[in-house]
Amino acid sequence: MIEIRHLSKTFRTADGTVEALKDVSLTIPDGDIFGIIGMSGAGKSTLVRCINMLEKPTEGSVALDGVALETLSKKELRTVRQKVTMIFQGFNLLMQRTCLKNVCFPLALAGVPAREAEKRALELLDTVGLKDKANAYPAQLSGGQQQRVAIARALATQPKVLLCDEATSALDPNTTASILELIRDINRRLGITVIIITHQMSVVESVCSHVAILDQGTVVEQGEVGEVFSHPKSAAAMRLVFPEGSPDAPVAAREGERFIRVVFNGAHATGTPLIARMAAQEGIEANIAYASTRSIGDKMFGSMLLGLTGGEEAVSHAIDFLTQMPDVLAEEVSVHVS
Amino acid sequence: MFHNLFEGEAVAEALEIIRTQFPMALWETFYVTVLSTLFAVIIGLPLGVLLVAGEKGGVLPLPPWLMKALNVLINLLRSVPFLILMILVFPLTRLIVGTVVGTVASIVPLVIAAFPFVARLVEGSLREVNPNTVEMAQSMGASPFAIITRVMIPESVPSLISNFTIAITTILGYSAMSGIIGGGGLGKIAINYGYYRYKYLIMFVAVILLILLVQLFQTAGTKAAVRSDKRLKK
Repeated sequence: MIEIRHLSKTFRTADGTVEALKDVSLTIPDGDIFGIIGMSGAGKSTLVRCINMLEKPTEGSVALDGVALETLSKKELRTVRQKVTMIFQGFNLLMQRTCLKNVCFPLALAGVPAREAEKRALELLDTVGLKDKANAYPAQLSGGQQQRVAIARALATQPKVLLCDEATSALDPNTTASILELIRDINRRLGITVIIITHQMSVVESVCSHVAILDQGTVVEQGEVGEVFSHPKSAAAMRLVFPEGSPDAPVAAREGERFIRVVFNGAHATGTPLIARMAAQEGIEANIAYASTRSIGDKMFGSMLLGLTGGEEAVSHAIDFLTQMPDVLAEEVSVHVS
Repeated sequence: MFHNLFEGEAVAEALEIIRTQFPMALWETFYVTVLSTLFAVIIGLPLGVLLVAGEKGGVLPLPPWLMKALNVLINLLRSVPFLILMILVFPLTRLIVGTVVGTVASIVPLVIAAFPFVARLVEGSLREVNPNTVEMAQSMGASPFAIITRVMIPESVPSLISNFTIAITTILGYSAMSGIIGGGGLGKIAINYGYYRYKYLIMFVAVILLILLVQLFQTAGTKAAVRSDKRLKK
């Protein structure tokens, strides 16, 4: 379990001090996939770097299984970092080494004999589906393959926690989906706690069970993903849920209009005219206030915001209809900032 | 000035000298250059590493006064003209080699002149290493020493080879200058026959050989740098 208590981080720059994090407190349970989402500049990268002490907190505490990391010596911290590993947006592979040697790197640091390290590295490359690329150099691989090698490398020292810093932000949607699938698989099979830093709603929606929304250095909302996204309360959460709208008035609501948010998590919906059928069969006319969906293969990902004027009955009716489809979530959302 | 360049007598004399003295001179120039570069790298590489690793925010921050002193020393040595430096280091040369004249003795001033230059070249190469890669190593629990020896240096090998090639060709030029104070090699022949005795043909042959040596080192260095770089897709 990771307990972050009253964490603050201030940077001194040429033009004064910048408060990157202000009094952040989070509890991340073991085995969870925990998302930390926010716009760029919200302090996400600083927060994740405080978890492995790449950045020393100015105030507050980060405890891993009850051990306060900020009190450890440099040497003790290096041992901890073998158990809290990290993957990055830019993959950060060693470009002059083969994939196999990249995966061996943390093992060599941990003092594992070369032959044993190579054997383990090969197994890990097999886990991420790149056994045949063991002797290839990173420059010969695609972005997605490079991130898989980076994941294999991060798993080499059998960590308890995997930190993902915008790990899918440089990848295309299909590759993102496959990397997230791999991360979910690792979480399930190895029980590794995963912390995902991202600015993409879709990443949090598809793999995370809990989420914290970070805005200007503070945690403005946290909780279960479905709960937070269906009832966004803060301005930052509203911006994430309604990315196209302005924070105050995300959509121009008509008189008596209520909104439901429909999330497609790989639903086989591409062949179904869902909204049209809802109008034809159920007599519910929906106004599409916002939509961002895409199909990957025959599966649909993304979200939609539907405006309904028929009152409570229409809303519950529409939700019932939409959720008949497998892998479709639908919930009413409030559009007013509290 | 060059009117007697191809007179029969001059050509015959030149051929004689080329036959008797050039093989030895070529060999002297070659080994002085290679040995001086080697020693300059042995001293300059660690210094270059310290220049990058030791600065504020580096992987092994050193006291600011020490960094300042290191930078001043390097700049100081780099600003002394080589001809003057050769004379200034006479006491050191005598201490190490036992004499201040001759081919072996010329290695000492060459190394003193070249190691600060090599340190700056190494500094440049190491700064090219992606800081994110260094951060990755830190996040995996790498010690400063491990980051230097397993990340910074191996990742900059192609750039280091390119820069060492620049160093070796520059040192080759300096070694020719050391002919003035009794260093052996092609430079000595060019100065002794061409400058002091107006045997320009011999001077030109010596210069052409120096050009060929530079070409050889540069071609080999460039090839080695390209071959070692795994970032280039093959």
